[in-house]
Amino acid sequence: MCGIAGLIHKGKSSNVGSEVTSMLQALKHRGPDSTGFAIYGEPNAGDYVMRFKVAEAEDMNAGYDMGEKIEARVAEVEKRLGEHDAKINNRETVTPYARRYVISHDGDTEALARYVEDVEGTEILSLGNALELIKDLGDATVVSEQYGLTDFTGTHGIGHTRMATESDVDIRSAHPYWAFPYNDVAVVHNGQITNYWLMRREMERRGHRFMSNCDSELLAVYTANNLANGVSLEDSLSSSIEEIDGVFTYLVATQDQLGMAKDSMAAKPLVLYESDDLIAMASEEVAIRAILPQEIDTYDPYDEEVRVWKA
Amino acid sequence: MESMNNMTQEERAEQLGMMSEPLTGRSMQEFFEPSEDDNFVYPWAPVVDPAKSAEIDTDEMNTREVNERIRQLMDEGVGSIKLLNPRGKHSLAVGILSRVNLEVEGSMGYFAVGLIDGPNVRINGRVGWSCGENMMAGTVVIEKNAGSTFGAAIRGGDLVCKGSVGSRTGIDMKGGTIIVGGDTGALTGFMMQRGRMIFCGNAGKNLGDSMYDGTIFVGGDIKSFGVDAVEAELTDLDKSWLKRKLEGYGMLPDKGVDHFTKVVAGKQLWNYDNLEPSEKKLIL
Repeated sequence: MCGIAGLIHKGKSSNVGSEVTSMLQALKHRGPDSTGFAIYGEPNAGDYVMRFKVAEAEDMNAGYDMGEKIEARVAEVEKRLGEHDAKINNRETVTPYARRYVISHDGDTEALARYVEDVEGTEILSLGNALELIKDLGDATVVSEQYGLTDFTGTHGIGHTRMATESDVDIRSAHPYWAFPYNDVAVVHNGQITNYWLMRREMERRGHRFMSNCDSELLAVYTANNLANGVSLEDSLSSSIEEIDGVFTYLVATQDQLGMAKDSMAAKPLVLYESDDLIAMASEEVAIRAILPQEIDTYDPYDEEVRVWKA
Repeated sequence: MESMNNMTQEERAEQLGMMSEPLTGRSMQEFFEPSEDDNFVYPWAPVVDPAKSAEIDTDEMNTREVNERIRQLMDEGVGSIKLLNPRGKHSLAVGILSRVNLEVEGSMGYFAVGLIDGPNVRINGRVGWSCGENMMAGTVVIEKNAGSTFGAAIRGGDLVCKGSVGSRTGIDMKGGTIIVGGDTGALTGFMMQRGRMIFCGNAGKNLGDSMYDGTIFVGGDIKSFGVDAVEAELTDLDKSWLKRKLEGYGMLPDKGVDHFTKVVAGKQLWNYDNLEPSEKKLIL
């Protein structure tokens, strides 16, 4: 089933960490397996925020020497960052297996990301000037507190509560997906993609990497492929309705935009609220009401509908 | 035009395209017989007084508590109940099987007023997916928009939305009337079997796909017809019925009803050609 939610403030910052947490907690019944956030702070042109994990949560019980392995992997990641002339300005150990680094880097971030991800068990969850991508097992409140999101200020964000249907219950199959290697682009999805393997093979032939067997990752890769070819976000969302089969509603966030697309069957829900300064959307109205308790006007987008908003 | 009042039930049904043939055979339908007292109320239904009213503030309550409270008030004879602050909660006011006046101040979530048989409901807000699903009788009026699968599989009553509704409206509908002031999405009336739908606005693609029977009236543009859905002539009787029904809810368009398109089943699908009459009844 899965629940998705997103919001964007126009021309101002707000406490998006706590707002997306409230929305996702209201959608907990749509997916209790894992929760993920992609929230956007003030862009910092010079520095990149790199969120990565060096193991899965379940790996922590894999053996007595897991702690040592994790230390060795983190050391290897740092060594590889150094080899690419990336300077680590800040290190944060969020959970035993998840790290948040702020790095300065002038070179090719794709080459850097590919080199770092070659370390065993390592996956970069996000890399960007504004994006912070957090995902872990548990409901929204648990993950939000674990990763300290309640005080996060920013302009927009998207989130996901997952009911695993197509792949495993682990962090690598949790949403949002970063549109590797496109900085600051993240995707959340509710639905099933039926031409996943066909499209995946096509994307792999073009050199894109897949970290999981989750069909939602395809949407992130598909979006990254389009953006890399100079296609606008709106055009990418529109073409996805033609090229991707299945039933899906998905949200894409970039550094300053938030977009939505609904497939031609319109079988996956989305409720939209639009005002002059805030746009909020979620699988169910109850999530929007979690941040806007007053009486509001909302509507369901129709089949093949694509919308993009700017912060 | 012969007045509707002067016709027999069968004549009216035939004129309106509601029934193409008398139903006979193994699965013969038992029609409602108003002269039988037992048909009017369920034996366990509480006797309520519309003059007695009460309010329920649902803000701090969960769905189960709200529904239990509604039943408790009805058992006490309260006939007019107002729900406050529903804030998008799901499955509110479902399964009410007797007459009661229900007013909702705010918006409801999924499956609002599903499985009801008799209540008169007014919702001063929006509803989510599957509002009025399997409704059997009564009247539901929604002042704002509604989500997808609006009135799925309803069997009777009037389900009215003054705004726009989502996709698959009236899917598998078996009777009753759905009235929408705005637009409807794709696959509206998919596999509908009986009943009538009125849309004052536009309809999405595949309207009336695989419909067995029933009638859809659309005031605006139709993006595309579904398989086996065909346009039929809008008769004077249709117009008078449309006018009467829309006027009743204050939804009659300024330009009247002459521009409406009537959509019915073409009955060219395999199940109309290859099956024995008794097998047709099983499907219908």
